[in-house]
Amino acid sequence: MKRNDAMSKENADVWITGIGLLSSLGEGADAHSTAISGKSGSTVTPKLDEQNYAPYPVHPLVEVDYASQIKKRGDLRQMEPWQRIGTYTAGLALADAGLAGDLEALDHMDMIVAAGSGERDAAMDQKVLEKTSGDNANKGHSNEILKSELRPTLFLAQLSNLLAGNISIVHKVTGSSRTYMGEELAGLASIENAYNRISSGQSDLMLIGGANNAERKDSLLIFELGQNLWGDEFKSIWERAEQGGGLVQGSVGAFLVLESADHAKARGAKPYAKLSGISSDRCRRDEGQAKDNLDSQFDELSKTMEQGNLGVLSGASGTSQATAEELAFLGGLEGKGFTPLTRAYGSMMGHSFEAQMPAGLALAALALSKGQYIEPLDSSGVEASTDKAPEQIMVTSVGHWRGEGLALLTSLDSKEAK
Amino acid sequence: MTNSLTDHLGRHVVVVTGMGVVTSLGQGQQDNWRDLTAAKSGIRHISRFSTEGLRTTIAGCVDFLDVDPYSAPALSIAMAESAASEAIEQADIGRKGDFPGPLFLATPPTELEWPQRRELYGEESDTSLEGYDRMLSACRTSKHDEMQRLFQFASVGEHLADKYGTKGLPVSLSTACASGGTAIQLGVEAIRRGDTDTALCVGTDGTVNLEALVRFSLLSALSTRNNPPEAAMASFSKDRDGFVMAEGAACLVLESYEASKARGANILGVVHGCGEHADDFHRTRTSPDGMPMIRTITKAITDAGLKPADIGYVNAHGTSTPENDKMEYFSMKQAFGEGMETTPISSNKSMIGHTLSAAGAVEAVFSLMTMQSGLIPPTINYNTPDPDMGTIDAVPNKAREADVSAVISNSFGFGGQNVSVVYGREPK
Repeated sequence: MKRNDAMSKENADVWITGIGLLSSLGEGADAHSTAISGKSGSTVTPKLDEQNYAPYPVHPLVEVDYASQIKKRGDLRQMEPWQRIGTYTAGLALADAGLAGDLEALDHMDMIVAAGSGERDAAMDQKVLEKTSGDNANKGHSNEILKSELRPTLFLAQLSNLLAGNISIVHKVTGSSRTYMGEELAGLASIENAYNRISSGQSDLMLIGGANNAERKDSLLIFELGQNLWGDEFKSIWERAEQGGGLVQGSVGAFLVLESADHAKARGAKPYAKLSGISSDRCRRDEGQAKDNLDSQFDELSKTMEQGNLGVLSGASGTSQATAEELAFLGGLEGKGFTPLTRAYGSMMGHSFEAQMPAGLALAALALSKGQYIEPLDSSGVEASTDKAPEQIMVTSVGHWRGEGLALLTSLDSKEAK
Repeated sequence: MTNSLTDHLGRHVVVVTGMGVVTSLGQGQQDNWRDLTAAKSGIRHISRFSTEGLRTTIAGCVDFLDVDPYSAPALSIAMAESAASEAIEQADIGRKGDFPGPLFLATPPTELEWPQRRELYGEESDTSLEGYDRMLSACRTSKHDEMQRLFQFASVGEHLADKYGTKGLPVSLSTACASGGTAIQLGVEAIRRGDTDTALCVGTDGTVNLEALVRFSLLSALSTRNNPPEAAMASFSKDRDGFVMAEGAACLVLESYEASKARGANILGVVHGCGEHADDFHRTRTSPDGMPMIRTITKAITDAGLKPADIGYVNAHGTSTPENDKMEYFSMKQAFGEGMETTPISSNKSMIGHTLSAAGAVEAVFSLMTMQSGLIPPTINYNTPDPDMGTIDAVPNKAREADVSAVISNSFGFGGQNVSVVYGREPK
């Protein structure tokens, strides 16, 4: 499915007017824009936990005072960490957009949350496994064991749509509430749907985003089933891709307020950037298919781009085939008249699946509004340095398993933004 | 102007040209409709696993499809395939494996289940490792691609997208027990935008396993009236005590009226409008004033360009929990006024149980069949009227002939999810 500015002159412009970001690098738009605007020659030092989940390094969440966004202790108690990260970050985005507590606006705000599975109680799972496996494998008892062990756990914290539910309860976003599932493609599809709804006039104000808690072994297990994790000393995305590949999870919350330009102007909201187009598709990942998908999407999307410097915030995970095909696609951009200034932001924040593309859009919007670009994040040679911040940034999403997509953000000059 | 290609707001009219359904009553529209209008129940004692020591021992399982070994995603895929194949064949659209539109899929959240955890745990020879460390070590030793394909969130959607050749990203969604309604809503919105001429909207749920049953039981959401199983669901009755978990799937092929006419398709019904409003009151309870539900219902009817008096039948969410049925009827009365006293409202769930993520889609098929056949399926086990619901016409215990041209179907879920969809017999 493709839709971009070229489709119709009547389409509404889609602006990013609020950013909520939370990761190992810090909290909020300002902390992240400081982290990404290192002086020339300096690089961002990733924050890592290499002990607790060894052999898997993860990017742990910065310390957070949840009570500043989630005021009722009762609400906080009902959430596992991934819901706290998401609910907190959604609050940051709403506050950043000047919408926190604006009940009239929140009442018609549409929400899409890209969510994974809720987290399990690892201690409980361990206990049940011990009591029901090996010499203890007595099926007659498993009902009793499950009943007693499950009792104190938070079932509602495990339902995917309950992150959205908590955002409604804590922040009063109630216009509509939908939860997309499916790893990276859920993040991509939610942004695409928000873009389509706003540009077609079906909505004028949306909250989208996702959250990932990397610091949990049940989530590591899901991705290690297919041996997708990097289980060695930390390396950047492009370095890992050269050495067999693997992903490093990061705890990340990323939410955006997307708004029609008219709606933003009417309430005097200041935009970070314009979301100018988005495209997506899927394939079975036979060799070359992902690259072909990206090539044809780019040919469509680039119709509205200016040739020359193009910022590229790559959501690459580091898994071997997906990352190699994305690199091959990026390598072909010169031939199409574009100089890609590529940054794999996962090298500094880790991979966050459903939240990965929302986080990429947030970083791109920050870079465009500040007129500052991210310094190269490794010395692989993929990431060329630049003196001049790009005015258009493409965010890529090539899922570690499925889904390929591109989004284009452009800077708004002060005239347009008024 | 009659039979306009656009609606009261100038948007594409959206029609239904194919339907498919699986429930505990059987496979396909015909078998389901025969049993549903004969007031038969699909609720049985659970045979899939031992229910010894559990408070609830009944469910509406789909045990007649060839799924071995059982897992929630494997059964969800099998039921979704059955429903989608039936719907696409009826719509006679596209070519085999080449459906000309996107997939919107309501599917339960996926996670490893106990048999898989035990398998991984048992594989690892280093028994000094505990719990997840032992399972992770087993994964480092050998790849478990098959398991990964089944238990990633995108798995059911990917499988269907591959098989039917739907276009673009398959969207897998969850709005809990409103998911089926949301899948249809997303299809309607995409066609109204002009993004596509057609969409495949599927809801599926095959999660009757031990842990899910225990979880819902611990929330006190389930009926414990295990004997006889078919009498457990008592929607709108005073003695209702909770829902019965059930499995099922349904599929609608949606098309713009314009595109369906151009290819000479047989039109089965219309989606006139959708409404939604989230509840910010509580994770599992409804705002005491019912406003989010009332607004959802009102938005759907307004979106459809209709008035409450135009609605001839309410296909209720009707879960048989004390809270839902009271709040649903209260909200319908607020939205419809006195007209609600003479508008029939029945619960398909009284016979098929609560198909959770699939419910909104399953009940969409039955709403459309109600109009096609001129027969309203009953609310069974309606024997003790609830004085709080006064003059409710719950179509008690026996199907009723009626000329219905518009139906509202409600779906409400945990997490404050509310969706209502208005279906019509033919384009206006």
